[in-house]
Amino acid sequence: MPWFEDVKIGTRMELGSHTFTEDEIIAFAKKYDPQYFHIDPEAAKNGPFGTLTASGWHTSATWMKLMIAARRANAEPPDADGRQPPAGGPSPGFLDMKWPVPVRVGDTISYSTEVIEKIDMRSRPGWGIVRSRNVGVNQNGEVVMSFIGQGLVQRREPRKD
Amino acid sequence: MSRPKYYWEDFRVGETVEFGNKHVTKEEIIEFASEFDPQPFHLDEEAGRQSILGGLCASGWHSCAMMMRMMCDGYILESASMGAPGVDEVRWRKPVYVGDTLRIRRTCTERRPSKSRPEMGLTKFHIEMLNQNDEVVVTSDGWAMYGRRYPGAPVEE
Repeated sequence: MPWFEDVKIGTRMELGSHTFTEDEIIAFAKKYDPQYFHIDPEAAKNGPFGTLTASGWHTSATWMKLMIAARRANAEPPDADGRQPPAGGPSPGFLDMKWPVPVRVGDTISYSTEVIEKIDMRSRPGWGIVRSRNVGVNQNGEVVMSFIGQGLVQRREPRKD
Repeated sequence: MSRPKYYWEDFRVGETVEFGNKHVTKEEIIEFASEFDPQPFHLDEEAGRQSILGGLCASGWHSCAMMMRMMCDGYILESASMGAPGVDEVRWRKPVYVGDTLRIRRTCTERRPSKSRPEMGLTKFHIEMLNQNDEVVVTSDGWAMYGRRYPGAPVEE
């Protein structure tokens, strides 16, 4: 990660894509969201979406998977004094998760992230919160997932006030 | 599918129910994180201790997935669920650590019949996930869709 001071609003990163197979949709849903329209292809035909669909949590967790991979692939260089850039921090939660179109078997979802806001933390002078708009789009250009993510990012220099 | 036990009509604004009893193991935390969120504090006990989180703890996405599973087992699988359009807000208020035992407290905060689909209603729940010390570790607020027992019938509130 860049230091909090170096994070720029408007920075956008394409995170790559993921194709959802029937096997993995069912495997995830059997563990975490075993509603019939996520685990039973036959029964799903009579369900709300007319076909087997991925759990929204599966669609969203896959954003995280690609986000971590992209961060690793785009590691920041050390500072001039040799100090290593920070690892990603934890998150206080997210806002406005939308699953407007279901993810179906064979769909390829392309994910992205864009920094939209930086927030100072009074309670933790060594950290700031970065907000991002995160989106997943299917092969037809339809948005299947969007949300505002939040992450704690370390500051190069702690706030003095 | 057998006939649902719960329809949209059965969720009343103001009603609070508790259910679920989920013991969280180190193995499942690492398994989920290895696939979806491979950050050191979700994978390794020593890295967790040295982090701002203070110990090996579950990915927030794993917490959401465990919350979803408890909701499925608690009522959704016995309901006329028609899915959810999203979640307004999730707060990861405290880490979920290895060995925690989690449960759900669900409060219905709003509901309305669908205008365009008489067979469907929408219900908003405030969900709290609590640990064995009665600390709220995750909260979630959002709408979900349920089939109606009496499609299109007038609704009194």
